[in-house]
Amino acid sequence: MSPYLQGILILAGINVLAVLGLSLLTGFTGSFCFGQAGFLTIGAYVATLLTMELHVPFAVALLGGALFSALVSIPLGLPTLKLKGDYFAIATLGFAEATRLIVENLEKITGGSRGIPGIPTKTSLPIVLVLAVVASICIRFYVVSRHGRNCVAIREDETAAQAIGINTFRYKQISFFINAALAGLAGGLLSHYVGFIQPAMFGIQKSTELIVMVIFGGMHSVTGAILAAIILTALPEVLRAAAAWRLVAYGAVVVLIMVTRPQGLLGNWELSRESLMAIWNGLKSRFSKKAVGVDHG
Amino acid sequence: MDNVVLDIQKLSKTFGGVQAVNNFSLKIPEGSLQSIIGPNGAGKTTIFNLITGIYKPTEGTISFNSRRIDGMETFKITEMGITRTFQNIRLFSEFSVLDNVRTACHMRSDYSVFEGLIPTPRRNRQERAVTDYAMNLLKLVNLDDRANEYADNLPYGHQRRLEIARALALEPKLLLLDEPAAGMNPDETQKLIEFIAEIRTKFNLTILLIEHHMEVVMGLADYITVIDFGKIIATGTPVEVQSNPIVIEAYLGVGE
Repeated sequence: MSPYLQGILILAGINVLAVLGLSLLTGFTGSFCFGQAGFLTIGAYVATLLTMELHVPFAVALLGGALFSALVSIPLGLPTLKLKGDYFAIATLGFAEATRLIVENLEKITGGSRGIPGIPTKTSLPIVLVLAVVASICIRFYVVSRHGRNCVAIREDETAAQAIGINTFRYKQISFFINAALAGLAGGLLSHYVGFIQPAMFGIQKSTELIVMVIFGGMHSVTGAILAAIILTALPEVLRAAAAWRLVAYGAVVVLIMVTRPQGLLGNWELSRESLMAIWNGLKSRFSKKAVGVDHG
Repeated sequence: MDNVVLDIQKLSKTFGGVQAVNNFSLKIPEGSLQSIIGPNGAGKTTIFNLITGIYKPTEGTISFNSRRIDGMETFKITEMGITRTFQNIRLFSEFSVLDNVRTACHMRSDYSVFEGLIPTPRRNRQERAVTDYAMNLLKLVNLDDRANEYADNLPYGHQRRLEIARALALEPKLLLLDEPAAGMNPDETQKLIEFIAEIRTKFNLTILLIEHHMEVVMGLADYITVIDFGKIIATGTPVEVQSNPIVIEAYLGVGE
């Protein structure tokens, strides 16, 4: 496999990890998070500093970044998860911007806006693949568990969810925690893949890019978020022939899909044994109908 | 008198300058079916929202089985054994009929968040038990043949029954029904009355029923409280209330 293709796959895998939790938090629990870059920043910097200053093994550094990011979600969630709709989105946006500025100003530790160069590039395709697949399976199982049903109930009608005894705040906290952990993990993988990080990599456009993936793939589908992360990571590369126009083309594709399919690529379709069987049976009946038509013709 | 399940004392709630509920008291004995009736905007739903913790009372106390519940969070009150339905049906519309009920069964299983991420035999066992329980409940309310349809696609009367079934899944001691006959035709209303009477005995329920229509509560309620502008204007058995001139004047309207 060419290093170029490998690079695209690694970035796609990292993006899958970054959107999985977002799919759970925003798509399934209904809390619109616009500050995903904040958790990526924390994961990336904590993992990097663990590697470069404390020389811990890569796995420990990744775990440290994910855990730290997840822990930050707890005090951040306490005041903000009670906010409704747009207010939560704005609060998370503020968190991401604040995180970026803090990193920029902690020059002694983070290198400020110049960033940290020379990070050992330990992220490899097999590592990213295994982590992305395992996390995808876990989230897919989670959304159909009793906990996942509670999350969807909150999204559908928070008052009714409370009325059937769901501790809505706690479930939002759990989704926020899982999201922050996965985003932190993605951040650590990213810094150890690129070999260099600086705050400018984690601006508002990064948060936008990730939430767009969730909406593009289908808010109510884990499979959709994964698919969108892969497609939208590869798309700018596919469009490279269009040179300067490629980002315009990228935007046009996103607009086109959202106009023609507001529910996202997959809506609420999920990959499962049952859904594959349903497609198979649909195809079979279509072909048998055609066969009947031929007989009569 | 039997055990008092719900004891409301001198309850008041004001919104800005509006007195929505004014010095309201009510005792509900175990196993009874009581009803609060009154014209639109009389404060009936506000009382439900106060009992279920959606609003906090301005004054007064609410006790459930001798424990104060006023000011508690909604989900805790539900855990204690009070569930409700809503005037404007609030189903989880993107869920199937079965999943609406299964969601309400979340207290019947206790597998952890970790087991949510990685299925264990325990999780699978508990999920199967929950599905069986939910299907049985749907059979009881005659919705089992529609288990896999979207809740949103059900006819109105079925949606009402599903919402009640979802509440029953929590095995409540006290069930609060908020205008269950709203928007129903006389035929559907008659079926609903029979349905409520049926689940009352089957599930051994204490029920508090809010209604706007007199005829619904007449056949069902043991005891009626009539309110207007947040205040109690009459109490009594259905027959007493029906013949009470104050009620007829304030609520049914004279010469209408």
